[in-house]
Order: sequence, then C-alpha cells, then structure tokens
Amino acid sequence: MTEYASNIHPMAAILIHAAIPLTIILVYALVAIWGERKIAGFIQDRLGPMRVGGWHGWAQSIADLLKLIQKEDIIPTNASRFLFKFAPFMMFAASYAAFAVIPFSSAYIGSMINIGVFYLLAITSILTLSVIMAGWASNNKWSLLGGMRSAAQMVSYEVPTIATVLTVVLVAGSLNLMTVTEMQAGNDTLGFLPNWLIFQNPFLIVAFIIFFISILAESHRVPFDLPESESELVGGYQTEYSGMRWAMFMLAEYADMLLLSLLGATLFFGGWNSPFGDFMSGPVWGFFWFMLKGLLLVFVMMWIRWTLPRYRVDQLMHICWNILIPLSFINLVLTALWEVIF
Amino acid sequence: MELTTILFYLFALVTLGSAAIMVFSKNIVHSAFALMFTLMGVAALYVLLYADFLAATQLLVYVGGILILILFGVMLTSQGYTLSFKTITVNLIPASLISVGIAALLIFAFLTTNWTISEVAERTDTVYDLGMLLMGDYILPFIAVGVLLLIAIIGAILMSTRLSADNEGAS
Repeated sequence: MTEYASNIHPMAAILIHAAIPLTIILVYALVAIWGERKIAGFIQDRLGPMRVGGWHGWAQSIADLLKLIQKEDIIPTNASRFLFKFAPFMMFAASYAAFAVIPFSSAYIGSMINIGVFYLLAITSILTLSVIMAGWASNNKWSLLGGMRSAAQMVSYEVPTIATVLTVVLVAGSLNLMTVTEMQAGNDTLGFLPNWLIFQNPFLIVAFIIFFISILAESHRVPFDLPESESELVGGYQTEYSGMRWAMFMLAEYADMLLLSLLGATLFFGGWNSPFGDFMSGPVWGFFWFMLKGLLLVFVMMWIRWTLPRYRVDQLMHICWNILIPLSFINLVLTALWEVIF
Repeated sequence: MELTTILFYLFALVTLGSAAIMVFSKNIVHSAFALMFTLMGVAALYVLLYADFLAATQLLVYVGGILILILFGVMLTSQGYTLSFKTITVNLIPASLISVGIAALLIFAFLTTNWTISEVAERTDTVYDLGMLLMGDYILPFIAVGVLLLIAIIGAILMSTRLSADNEGAS
C-alpha cells in the first residue's frame, strides 16, 4: 500500500503512513464510547443503549457524532477566543503525535526513532498544557479549577510513570518500543510462560501495578478524575465547550486512554507477540494480539470507573508523592540489583 | 525547495513569531502560551539537526515542566484569574540599550565565526553515544550536576516546610 502510494508521490506515501494510527483511533473511539456505555449498563444491572441501529444499539456513537456535528459552536463572550478555539485541537494533536512510536504490528510502526518511549513521554506533556489552556481561556471558575487540578495531577503522576517506564527500559536495554517488543518473543519463562517482561522478574509486577495506577491518573480516569469531577466542578475544564470542540476533547481523552494502554501492553505484555509462541503469529495476527491486549487494559479502566468512588485532591497527592514515587524509585533500584545479580 | 528546507523556515517562523508575541503581548498568560510555541519550535529545529534526544528533552523539561510551573506561578500569584492583569513597560532606555548590545554581540559573533558545515551520515543511535559520553568522559560534571540538583531540592523542601510550619503556628 505504502509502496504503491510512493510511486504516485512521496508525500502521498507519508500521508497514508501517518493516517493509519488516525484510522485506528477513530474506529476505536466509536467502539469504545459505545462499549463504555454498555459496560456501565451491565455493571449497574441495566441494558445501556439499545435502540439505535438494531442489534444492542451498536450505532449509538455514530448517531451521537452526527448530533454533535450539528450543534452550535458556542464561544463565551469573555473567553480568550484564539486559545479557547485552539485548545481542543492541540490536545488531540498531542495524543495523536504520540502514536507515532507505538509498534502496532511487526510490520507497522509510525517512526522507528531510537528514543521511542522517551519521545512519547515528552510529547504527552503537551496534553497538560492544553488542559490548562482550555481551563484558563474559558474564563470560568470551574474550568480554571479543573485545569489547575489537572495540571497538578499530571505533573505529579508523570514522575511514577517515568520511573516505572525507566525500570522496563533498564531491563530491556532500549528506548525503541519495536526493539523492546522483539526481545519479548518466545515462550521460555519457567518452561511455558511467554517471555513477556512482566514474567521476567518479580519487581516488574510491582512496576506494572504502579504504572497502571499512574496511567489511570494521567488519563483522568476514575478514581482520579478530579479535573472533570461533575459533582463539584460541573464539567471541569470542558464546562464551556460544546459541539465538535467538546467532541475533540472526548476523542483526545479516549485516544490518550488507548495510547497509555497500548504503551502498557508493549512494555509489560509483549506487544504484538502472540501468547502461544509461533502459533497465530505474523503481522496481521500481531496487530490482533496487540489491540486485544490494549483493549483489555482499556476494559479494566472502564471497569474501575464504574466500580470505585473518587478520591479527594489531598488523597490524590498523598498517594502520588508519599506512596507511589518512593515505591517506584525503590523498585527501580531493586530491579537494577536483580539485573546485576542474575 | 527540499522538504527539510521548507520545514526549517516554517519552524523558524513559528519560533520567531511566537517569541515576538511573547515579548509584545500585554497579557501575561498569552505571553506564557506564546512561549510554549517558541519552545516547541526550538525542539522542532533540534529534530531537523538530528538531535532527537535533545528535542525530546527540550519538550519534557521546558514545555512539560518549566512552562507549567510558570503558568502556575502566574495564575496563583495574580489577583483573580480573569483577563484583568496587565503588564506595563518600564525602564525603556536601559532595557533597549542592553538588548541592542546583546543583539550586536550575537550578530558580530555570528558573522565573524568561520562556520564549517559538515555532511554527517544520518545518525541513528544518539542515545547510546550520549550515554557513553556521560558515563565515561563527562562523569564528573554529570555527578556534580546531580548533586547540585539534589541540594536544590532539599533546600526547596526545607524552605517550604519552614514556611508552612510558621503559617500553622500563626493560625
């Protein structure tokens, strides 16, 4: 496909190559929003959306999207117009840019740059800024409080995320996510388990738990969804947004969820490697396994959302600075010792 | 024109334009957001120079860290959060003298230096080389910077705990 396009024009090849993650995000967002409402329904012992499209309301997200396109684009009079309009697009651009280094299958990765996961962590820090931008530009007290909370939360939880990613990088010896995935191939651990990093040493299990808690906070999911806690802040930083701009925020949030879940699947669960060794492996099966692992993590995030209550701001900061950060650094040192000894 | 050249001029325009907005904007929060585009433009220029690690560090440290602290500082210290806080121009003559002097110095250095443009092969493993240099030839400065940062962190914690202890005593 890409070779065929490069015969027409090199730019066409670049565009098609770059549009593959976008297609995946858009299809995933439609499925995930419907899935989240269905899961919420089942957890609360009801049916969820049932009417649009016939079979279990599968077309509900499409109908919602069509409705959002028709909505008026409302901009508050006292808002800072340029920043208000710009923030949703910057937020989506940041999370889309991060998909460039995710190896979707053994045959496709956006960019084989050598600093892979470091680039991902750097580019997602723009997400924080776009949330502050939206919160401030709305000129609304709930928006601003939501934006500030989000900034404090994301800056704090970046530390344990980076520390746990560093733990994996220490074991794998590479920042390139493709190399990290390739070295997890095969089924030799304890004779039958796949060579995934989470089975490699006990400290990486602890690292995964810390990583998962941190990505819940980074992607603003319950129990850490303080930036948009509807019972205290109306809608947080997105209070003043409507129509397609609000939909961009929603898309960016879901893309961020998928991004961090796929990162977790790559770092700890073998990326596109099949769990059965050579059975059912190959570029297309690789894509299937990778998305399956990522979507399972997304499902756990949704499951947590409809099960747990929300933390308070001080509890959130306490968990991060007093528990997760010391634990992740001790874990890093212990992993280094384990690597030296074994 | 080559794609790289077009991208260079595009990012240079973004960097310079947003820097100008940052300096001339009357609204301090707009200045801070303009600074974000300047820093991202510089990061993009690093990428065009094959300095990928440096570019990501620039994003992580300046955009993800320092700029957010600046925004926090601006929003928490100003009276109210609305669009009302303004900046004024003071010390016009000394400031312009110093800026013109620094600009003249930089342009002089730029014009008189004999720049050599070397055609390097595409570097792929910058992280490995950087790591070897930092852990080998430059281990002493690297550790000195680490100790300096540790002292700064301890100092900041000490100052903030003393401050909050005083506040609790007063109230």
